[in-house]
Amino acid sequence: MTTPSNHGPEPPADMPAAAPALLRATRPLYWSVRRELWENKSIYLAPLAAGAVLLFGFAISTITLPRRMQAVLALDPGRQSATVTMPYNVIAGLVFVTAFIVAVFYCLDALHGERRDRSILFWKSLPVSDLTTVISKASVPLVVLPLIVLAVVVTAHLFILTLSTLALLGNGPGLATLWTHVRVFQTAVALVYALIAISLWHAPLYGWLLLVSAWARRSAFLWAALPPLAIAVFERIVFQSSHFGRWLAWRLAGWFTQAFVPRVKGTAVEPLASMTPGKLLTTPGLWAGLLFAALFLFAAVRVRRNREPI
Amino acid sequence: MTVIEARGLRKDFGATTALDGVDLRVEEGRILGLIGPNGAGKTTALNAILGLTPYQGELKVLGRNPWTERDQLMRDVCFIADVAVLPRWLRVAQALDYVAGVHPRFDRAKAEALLARTDIKRTRKVRELSKGMVTQLHLALVMAIDAPLLVLDEPTLGLDILYRKQFYDSLLNDYFDRTRTIVVTTHQVEEIQHVLTDLMFIDRGRIVLDCTMEAFEARYLEVLVPPEHVAAAQALKPIHERQLFGRSILLFENADRLQLAALGDVRTPSIADVFVAVMGPHGGPGQGAAR
Repeated sequence: MTTPSNHGPEPPADMPAAAPALLRATRPLYWSVRRELWENKSIYLAPLAAGAVLLFGFAISTITLPRRMQAVLALDPGRQSATVTMPYNVIAGLVFVTAFIVAVFYCLDALHGERRDRSILFWKSLPVSDLTTVISKASVPLVVLPLIVLAVVVTAHLFILTLSTLALLGNGPGLATLWTHVRVFQTAVALVYALIAISLWHAPLYGWLLLVSAWARRSAFLWAALPPLAIAVFERIVFQSSHFGRWLAWRLAGWFTQAFVPRVKGTAVEPLASMTPGKLLTTPGLWAGLLFAALFLFAAVRVRRNREPI
Repeated sequence: MTVIEARGLRKDFGATTALDGVDLRVEEGRILGLIGPNGAGKTTALNAILGLTPYQGELKVLGRNPWTERDQLMRDVCFIADVAVLPRWLRVAQALDYVAGVHPRFDRAKAEALLARTDIKRTRKVRELSKGMVTQLHLALVMAIDAPLLVLDEPTLGLDILYRKQFYDSLLNDYFDRTRTIVVTTHQVEEIQHVLTDLMFIDRGRIVLDCTMEAFEARYLEVLVPPEHVAAAQALKPIHERQLFGRSILLFENADRLQLAALGDVRTPSIADVFVAVMGPHGGPGQGAAR
């Protein structure tokens, strides 16, 4: 998203000559993404609400922070770090999970709802291609939500750090421990990296959900979820194995083991030092997933072209 | 300039044939009424023209292939596919923003001016508007787009008579300017009779009548015949006959006006009556559409 302007076309007079062509190409996409945010307020409300609730909880708990800090000071540095950074990680983790749930339900409805309420006839009466529409819808889980998550989490982190600092004023050792282990900037960099890794890793999942949403006449959720479940059950019964289930779990959570050094409980890991982008980018599963994501999205474009209201 | 040209347009849905080799030609500046019973293929024909459905045969709209070039075509074509297609969550201001954002030929000031004449508030959501207001909103959006072709599929379905009248008045007075072309389907035939320049009857995927309104008026004549002349009038082979308040109304095709004038009052029949006469004999469904 570029400009937050709420008004129509900018006057084209004061633009460089190359701008109009680019503008013509990207304007429908820009407005299509904004349209998604108008329709689905949960895209930003849900992560905001999750962040606000957690923040509220931790804000109250800062009352007892000075007392707890005394106990932390007695621990070894590894455990100190784990304890001090716990609220920051919990907030990040829960906002991530919230965004993931929002993304899944958003995708399942994205190309289904417009057929259900017949508004597809209105959208198709405008000069916006099916490709632009599908890209705009795919960009919500892949780009827009991660940006919102980043903003919410970084804001929440700064907020808790400020509160904790205020609560520990006059407690020299406690303050020093806090600022030693909480590295806001490093954490933010690691967050950006994690969000990119998740987007790339989950792209085929969202592609699949969008395809089902474009294709299914009803119960998009069941069409999306039952086939994998059926395969897993079938494998269990016939071969008494669970490779498919493990593969699915890896497709959902594998980004973490590929993108970061696995955590060992009770040890301190620098956020930046734990990132392993080389390992992530050389994982064949990542690239295979992106290929499938492209195929699913391409199929979704073709399917939407043929679809009528239901 | 030819706006729409179709040759041998065909569309099958499984075993049923929705369009059975339709030939169609619409010139610039015409207002064509596409009339037919439910399931005759009207909407399928419009969907093909709008690039919403694949088809067999040749079809060019404003020189483009609608199926492969829908997004470019939609810069030059507007359509209202019956009323309730504006999404219910959309605010009026958002509708203006969005159309202004994606449509290069949308004149926002004009849309605002059209909306100012209605009671529609900018902050309202579509779900809060009455059905008539939704249509006013949609029409305001569409009329502010400078497009050579406007396609209306049952645009006034479910509206009360005031809104229906206003809809066509607005369309004729503020939109139609002889360089634009309008294609409209409706069941309320009588309301558009004075609006149309061309008429097309479609039944079971085939065009059964295709003429200008002048040709229609020259071709079909209706005579109110008093009882004493009924036998003489029937000898001239009317295509349809009905009774009204004790008088017979006979419909003739390609008859001599002077000869008919001797038998009773001659007038131009309504499209609905001709529709019943043309479609009536071979099928029940024709009756429903020709109210």
